[in-house]
Amino acid sequence: MGLKTFPGGIHPHDAKNFSKDKAIEQMALPSKIVIPLSQHIGAPAKPIVKLGDEVLAGQLIAEAGGFVSIPMHASISGKVTKIGKFYHPTGTMLPGIEITSNGEDKWVELDDDKNYLDLDATEMKNRISAAGLCGMGGAGFPTHVKLSPPPDKPIDTVILNGVECEPYLNADYRIMLEQADEILAGLKIFMKITNAQKGMVGIEENKPAAIKHMKQLVKKEKDISVVGLKLKYPQGAEKQLIYAATKRRVPNKGGLPMDVKVVVQNVGTAIAAYEAVRFKKPLVDRVITVTGKIVKEPKNLKARIGTFYGDLLDFCNGTTEEIGKVISGGPMMGFAISTLDTPMTKGSSGLLLFNRQEAAKDDEHTCLRCARCVDICPMDLVPCLIANSVRYEDYDMAEKYGVMDCIKCGSCAYVCPSHIKLIQWIDIGKIKVSEKRVKK
Amino acid sequence: MSDVYAVSAAPHIKQKISVGSVMWQVVLALIPALLAGIFFFGIQSLVLTLYAVVAAVITEALIQKLRNVQVTISDGSAVVTGMLIAFNINTSSPWWLPVVGSVFAIAIGKQIFGGLGFNIFNPALLGRAFLVASWPTLMTAGWRATQPMSKIFQSSINGLQDLPSNVPAVVTSATPLGVAKALRDSTQVAPEIAETVMNSLSSTDTLQNLFWGNIGGVIGEVSVAALLIGAAYLAWKHIIEWRIPFSYIATVFVLTYIFGGINGLFSASIMLPVFHIFSGGLILGAFFMATDMVTSPVTKKGRLIFGIGCGILTVVIRLVGGYPEGVSYSIILMNIAVPLIDKYSLPKVFGEVKK
Repeated sequence: MGLKTFPGGIHPHDAKNFSKDKAIEQMALPSKIVIPLSQHIGAPAKPIVKLGDEVLAGQLIAEAGGFVSIPMHASISGKVTKIGKFYHPTGTMLPGIEITSNGEDKWVELDDDKNYLDLDATEMKNRISAAGLCGMGGAGFPTHVKLSPPPDKPIDTVILNGVECEPYLNADYRIMLEQADEILAGLKIFMKITNAQKGMVGIEENKPAAIKHMKQLVKKEKDISVVGLKLKYPQGAEKQLIYAATKRRVPNKGGLPMDVKVVVQNVGTAIAAYEAVRFKKPLVDRVITVTGKIVKEPKNLKARIGTFYGDLLDFCNGTTEEIGKVISGGPMMGFAISTLDTPMTKGSSGLLLFNRQEAAKDDEHTCLRCARCVDICPMDLVPCLIANSVRYEDYDMAEKYGVMDCIKCGSCAYVCPSHIKLIQWIDIGKIKVSEKRVKK
Repeated sequence: MSDVYAVSAAPHIKQKISVGSVMWQVVLALIPALLAGIFFFGIQSLVLTLYAVVAAVITEALIQKLRNVQVTISDGSAVVTGMLIAFNINTSSPWWLPVVGSVFAIAIGKQIFGGLGFNIFNPALLGRAFLVASWPTLMTAGWRATQPMSKIFQSSINGLQDLPSNVPAVVTSATPLGVAKALRDSTQVAPEIAETVMNSLSSTDTLQNLFWGNIGGVIGEVSVAALLIGAAYLAWKHIIEWRIPFSYIATVFVLTYIFGGINGLFSASIMLPVFHIFSGGLILGAFFMATDMVTSPVTKKGRLIFGIGCGILTVVIRLVGGYPEGVSYSIILMNIAVPLIDKYSLPKVFGEVKK
């Protein structure tokens, strides 16, 4: 089939079978939710509701905190019962708004603009911005910012990311099977906004059904193609996906896809964009995979933003054995969280449960310099040397080794025979180098 | 308040691989060569190897106890060192020779630097270098011919019958590399005779003997075939990678082809480089010693430079140096250069902007 890919990478067991064939199910309406004010990269949103306010589902409750920021909306109808700090999927406590349901699920009025594709680009973008869209693949970059390249950076290609290279997760796979029309509509919206001539949907080869289905659908679209990609992690990382699909390399040291005339959006974001532009529907729900060997009934759930992970797990009838680790996202880049009282956000693609044994920690050995990490690094870095320079607090050296270019895919730590927490060291390095740059 | 779970940094899944699994697979890969050693030189090969391994493991455990650190003899790395030490020894050696080599290799080659991962030199090679410097005759002379008697020496010696008596005396007690060396260095050998012998060295017969292991020498270097089986296994398991062995062997091939003949540049037959590659410790060195992960460069480009450097030094020592064989010294010398090589061979980052 002529599958495309990128240099480097690893082959973890994809573990998708737990929930691969589970059709998307509507999650029961939660009795309480928390909308974190930071669900994205950029400034936190600013609350515009007070304690005790009655809100409708879809109602604006916090406005964007700047251009690189997004507004937040109530995902259920009910009463604002707390504004304060709550557990956040990144592992810290962050500000949010708690809403207790009145059980009615009353919505703000939505439009239905059947000729939505005739709208001009600015209006489309405004609707996307107003709906509070951010990347739903995990990083959470505000969507309207991605769609607003400066005039000197023309875009010729929009790539939809349907790779879902994280093991265990199936949210993107399921929507590609069940909501492909909406994904395509979203892609057309993105192409219109960015004035791109070409649209692509990148899908990994372990999802043949999705590839077949999407290919069938784009048959009559002459500008849109489906790109089959080799099964390799991190195939879905933005730079690696762009390279595989177009052979273009996003420049390092802070280069962006727009520098190579590309915009990448997650397939889930495409659906959200379609709903935002056609119905003016804010982003208040998404599909999330709840999975793991110990989950009684792994599911792909359409759930409201702000639903607690604990409620999602209860809806899947809990676990068969004691929980060892709770992961928000996939096993390669997701965050281990300390409590199930954590709400899901717009970027939550998965809730993964491990038992004690799967969560067991390995002792760290000294580096053998075996260079397995060097051989698989998709960014062509030398992870072992970066980690070592951070360990010995030589941050200038870490910077020279390219610590800031690391995409934190975790492949190096995955293959390390010494079980060195390379990403942890690299993360420290990134923080220290950023601090140093700010000081300058 | 619900349960609180332990957290840790991503990734949360890991390949099933550990330092121990890597090292034990190297041990496994050395077994074919050990079996070849036993086949050609008898059970003494196994006995000496066991002496070396036991000495290495005990030394490691003792020193780690003394240093008050975790005893890690179960990871197999001391076993590898012990086996490699024994592989550099011939079967007529006394039992204490491999023991001394192993103790030195582990104590001075490895633990003094902080143990596995911190050592600068390949411990086994350092151990061998110590033995060669201390007991040169035991290490390089008195080598037994293989039990299925070596035809190669017969043919070489037949060609040498007219030589002054001192030359064959050197030849009979040495490996084919020693023969080659003696021929190059001796001024008493008539050129035609020297050429005949050189030709017999690189004859198909000789090369076949070298490949299967029918030559005199040390335990582990005897059979190229057995070593290659182990190397193929390691390559298959992604424990060694092609760059170092390839660049090392290719360099030796090219340089011995150019400079290896006795009548000036390019006077060697094309089979002479093959002879150089199959004899001595080159195969063992290129696949099992130069590739030692701790003491070789981590960058891809660096590994090529490292291999080329080892190749150049090996050929220089073999052709113009004082020893017939130069694999171990060339690798030790290149070990020193590893940090420098890494520093100047950093890869270009994906998408690196040209300045």
